[in-house]
Amino acid sequence: MGEIANLLAAGLLQALEPLNLGMILAGCMAGLFIGAMPGLGSVNGVAILLPVTFLVPPTAAIIFLAALYYGAMYGGAISSITLGIPGASTAVATVFDGRPMAQKGLADQALMGAAIASFIGGTISVVLFTLFAPPLAELALKFGPQEEFALMVLAFATFIGLGGDDIPKTIFSILLGLVMAAVGFDIISGQPRLIFFDMVEFQRGIGFLVLAIGIYGIGEMLWTLEQTSGKVQIENVKTTWSKFKENLGHIKKYLPTTSLGSALGFFVGTLPAAGATPASLMAYGLAKTFSKDPESFGKGNISGVAAPEAANNAASTGSMLPMITLGIPGSPTTAILLGGMIIWGLRPGPLLFANNPDFVWGLIGSMYVANFVTVALNLALIPLFVRVLAMPFTILTPVIFILCFVGVFATTDRMFDVWLMLVLGLGGYLLRKLNYPVAPAVLAIVLGPLAERSMRQSLISSRGDVTTFVHPVEHPIALICIILAIALMLYPVFLNYRRKRATKYREST
Amino acid sequence: MSTRIAELLAGIGLLVFSLALMWSVYADGLNIGWVDGRGPGAGVWPFWLSLGMAITCVWTIFRWFRRTTPESRNEAPYINSDPLALVATSFIALTAMIFLVSIVGTYISIALFLGFYMRVIGKHTWGMTTVSVIGAVIFIYFLFEWQLTKYLPKGLPMFENGFLWIDNFRWEYLM
Repeated sequence: MGEIANLLAAGLLQALEPLNLGMILAGCMAGLFIGAMPGLGSVNGVAILLPVTFLVPPTAAIIFLAALYYGAMYGGAISSITLGIPGASTAVATVFDGRPMAQKGLADQALMGAAIASFIGGTISVVLFTLFAPPLAELALKFGPQEEFALMVLAFATFIGLGGDDIPKTIFSILLGLVMAAVGFDIISGQPRLIFFDMVEFQRGIGFLVLAIGIYGIGEMLWTLEQTSGKVQIENVKTTWSKFKENLGHIKKYLPTTSLGSALGFFVGTLPAAGATPASLMAYGLAKTFSKDPESFGKGNISGVAAPEAANNAASTGSMLPMITLGIPGSPTTAILLGGMIIWGLRPGPLLFANNPDFVWGLIGSMYVANFVTVALNLALIPLFVRVLAMPFTILTPVIFILCFVGVFATTDRMFDVWLMLVLGLGGYLLRKLNYPVAPAVLAIVLGPLAERSMRQSLISSRGDVTTFVHPVEHPIALICIILAIALMLYPVFLNYRRKRATKYREST
Repeated sequence: MSTRIAELLAGIGLLVFSLALMWSVYADGLNIGWVDGRGPGAGVWPFWLSLGMAITCVWTIFRWFRRTTPESRNEAPYINSDPLALVATSFIALTAMIFLVSIVGTYISIALFLGFYMRVIGKHTWGMTTVSVIGAVIFIYFLFEWQLTKYLPKGLPMFENGFLWIDNFRWEYLM
């Protein structure tokens, strides 16, 4: 415990270095802005701005992107409350009570409640992160290729079991991402694979960033344009110091559900398919269940704003846990962060703690600092963000399109990738309209090369024996992961069976 | 086109795509089984996963016939006509911008795109449009070419030469 405290203190000092502190401020500010814009969330911000971070060293770059991630979670509430449009899917639950509060003229109370709850959620989750990360990384040091592969199977199974999307379409999305990751030269034999139309450009493969920016930049903006037709209706907000002090007094009303939502959010956030959106919805449900006045939910109850906001912030920190310790991203945003770390020459996973302790503890330290910075910026700049939200879509949309184009070109130096981004963006938009989930494909293209390598290494070492993944003596952890994965995949079948039986029973009675 | 028809077409299109991926692995002569002494062949991963993709497409098409998916029961238009014009104009303008990059270069195409979007679609004033266009071009140049030292495409030689003059000026007097 003492060792963790020392490392954390060193990490905090590192996070407070001028460059890193500047990155935290810039990241939180950018995140608040991006999170507040309807249709844009942390994943879009991280995908679009990742190429810009090559300007600074890797530690400062990831600190910037991680701060952007938290900032976006805070910012999502601003548009949910003032516009009635969630800034991102993670802030959907905030609309339920946030919007009615704004319509009653209590927008300031809702916004401040959301910011304070986000701070509580962020703080509880970062403490849990500090406690869980080192032992988990130590356990993961014992992992061989069998365990790595089984863990990835488990990550993909969570999308099938818990993702809540259409199952065949989810499986298709996962497999598509894994196959796209195989384009280019084979990692073991060096043979070219899937070189479409014999175009030599495909020999370098399809970069994850091209897919991520295509889907979360181009596709998402097309989707938002269609959903809103570029029109928004904003509620006015006035914030003063006396109102802030008055709102602080309301904390005790929502503190218990906020704390519970934070812990729930952290653990749900660690699951790759779950993340901040289901975590915030579950926390909302929890707050309503435990409330003495459940009827007031949906009509403007502050607990209905605070609980999901605490949970989505906690989930964003939770999703960093498997990424840093196991090399498995807990959300699409962390999948892009993981891809960025590979570009910077860092290999996320248990060895990161041993080989790059400065990086890991600097990042953890930055999480603590970012929480304070974001809540301060958020509370101080609420009126500014509300004004920015009134920015017409006809300025924001072309600026984002331009950033997508320049960002992809600056990363890959190829116009071919820019065209590919455009095609993938349009494809992602059209498929999303048919309920094909896109997040599993992004996760799969990042994990694809690692999954294929660990699968082939396992099979080579076991001389082609596929039971190596479920060997109870040699690889018990892999066996547990595979059993859990199968259970998760069968979970929707079980649910379906139960639903059918309930319907039959209702009909017979 | 209704959402129902769109789902069928997407299912068939993705099935053909999956089969084409399998064919590509086969046509390239990649081994899709075990290679003695070397482990799984280079084609194992893409071939069998593409087969999985094809199976999920058949599964979706089967469910479409049984009207199990919400999309297969949805007779509403795939894209409503109101936002369709905005989405299509945005996408075509973006495509035109990327196409123009190789002719007039990054900066002029960005300026044309932003100017078109703000003035024609957004109906912003000429003043606002001009300030935004100049601001965006300077911002991109400063961030990417200056700070990140990335050489963005400058188009045909006549346009490239113009920017080389700006670059020279920067190196000569501002660095």
